Amino acid sequence: MRYRSKRLHKTLYLQTMRALLIFVTILYMLPFLWMLSTSLKADQDLYLFPPKFIPIPPVFQNYKNATEYFPFFRYFGNSLIITFGTVVGTLLSCPLVAYSFSKLRWRGRDFFFYIMIGSIMLPFAVTMIPQFIIFKKLGWVNTFLPLIVPSFFGTPLYIFLLRQFFQTIPDELLDAARVDGASEIQIYSRIMLPLSKPVLLLIMLFQFLASWNNYLGPLIYLTDEKKYPLSLGLPQFLNRYGTHWNWMMAAGTISIIPTLIFFFFAQKYLIEGIKLSGIKG
Amino acid sequence: MKKGWLTKRRKDNLVGILFALPWFIGFAVFTAYPIIASLFFSFTEYHVTLPPKWVGLENYIKIFKDYLFTKSFYNTLWYAAGLVPIGLVVGLVLALLLVQPLKERSFYRGMIYLPSLVPYYAFAAIVLWFFNPYFGIVNGLLSYLGINGPNWTSSEKWIKFTIVLAAQWGAGTTALIYMAAINDIPKELYEAAMIDGANRWQMFWKITFPLISPATLYYLIIATIGAFQIFDMPQIMTNGTGNPANSSLSYVMYLYRQAFRYTNMGLASAMAWILFLISLGLVILIFKTSARWVFYGTER
Repeated sequence: MRYRSKRLHKTLYLQTMRALLIFVTILYMLPFLWMLSTSLKADQDLYLFPPKFIPIPPVFQNYKNATEYFPFFRYFGNSLIITFGTVVGTLLSCPLVAYSFSKLRWRGRDFFFYIMIGSIMLPFAVTMIPQFIIFKKLGWVNTFLPLIVPSFFGTPLYIFLLRQFFQTIPDELLDAARVDGASEIQIYSRIMLPLSKPVLLLIMLFQFLASWNNYLGPLIYLTDEKKYPLSLGLPQFLNRYGTHWNWMMAAGTISIIPTLIFFFFAQKYLIEGIKLSGIKG
Repeated sequence: MKKGWLTKRRKDNLVGILFALPWFIGFAVFTAYPIIASLFFSFTEYHVTLPPKWVGLENYIKIFKDYLFTKSFYNTLWYAAGLVPIGLVVGLVLALLLVQPLKERSFYRGMIYLPSLVPYYAFAAIVLWFFNPYFGIVNGLLSYLGINGPNWTSSEKWIKFTIVLAAQWGAGTTALIYMAAINDIPKELYEAAMIDGANRWQMFWKITFPLISPATLYYLIIATIGAFQIFDMPQIMTNGTGNPANSSLSYVMYLYRQAFRYTNMGLASAMAWILFLISLGLVILIFKTSARWVFYGTER
């Protein structure tokens, strides 16, 4: 009897949790459903109070209007170029540095490692102005270079994550290769990198997101509309046509499609990966 | 042939530094030099086209008399005071829900995590319409409950709260960190507590909360530094104006305006250094107090 009431209690508890989760999930989806619903509404249905949720009939013309004033593919292409550049830079530089900080022995290594960790917490605003002046003197303002080039010099957070992973690879493995006369660059490229594919994928995803979602960087460096990535294109559309909420939401819906595609491919790795990165160390 | 110079030791040092060279260069050019340079600029009048002119402490004196500086500083404190604790509670509650042994939980995890990936430049527009005081769905739903919803996005009193609230759609990241921490807690602790007759509320405060305190420390540092740099959301929502009546103007928005709208690089650098010192102070403060409340397991 006691056993049964305990089980009943547990079932009741789990069902309450399930109900709460369903509620929260709806809450978290609501702004996006509202966006989708608005993007299919006729003009006169925008300003109803209380608002109606299901647009009947759906007005697909909004999407056509939005894309007329919103050169999605150009912005998308620019975003893609910038993001691709930073991902390449990240993958070339970060593992190299992480290898040095985890598997090579040299004087001052730990000292510089702590400096690097400290710099993770440095606000971008502190370095932003002199960086801008450097790039201005190089004549790189209004090009993608200031957004891409820094990634070729390593990102502290990713170096830290890679180092944590590299440390789990036993030294004996590398020493055996050293005895066989392999150089460090060979060990790095033939042993370390192939063993680190999951964590390399993870920093690739992180960097993709960081670059794709970056707003302040492009805002500082890009002035020519032709060079705008999505992060500048969409707010500009908001400022110009923001009162046409159905067009605006159509543009918004189009803009987050890449994020959705990214999510469906990367979800598993990201959810696992953030758990790793958040805690260890 | 002098072979003696390149000893094993020296060779190791050289190889090590060569591998780390990208970071060394990047750190020198994009971090160390800018920190020093912005300190120098902060004592000058500098408009980029002409060389900087030394003015001593003038920028610092000017800035503390500047109404918008004070206002943006106050707003940023407000944001931080909202974002950090609310984000902690929301992230933790979501994590506690998402670790429940339900078979479809990975679906909830995905759907709650997804909004945190949506870029602010898209989300800002969604928020403006979602919370639109007259035609948005939030006030629409509130009206069904007989509540007259506030002017979320257009009143001085509400705009900061709306931004804090909207940021909670990104709480999925915090939830994931807490989920990992909760999963690391040994199950035997709960079994033992259950035998002793503890209820769930007691178990949370006596077991879960102390054992996830390292994750809380991590969260507090990241979230506090992040909150003091809040920019994207208010900047995009208000097209950089900080409307209504500067009530959403954040510190970095004002810094950006001084630097890149008015090209007052000297003044903006002074602001940057003040922000740097505040961030540094806060990180040290959090670390110092952490010895008292962060619980590192005795095992391992």
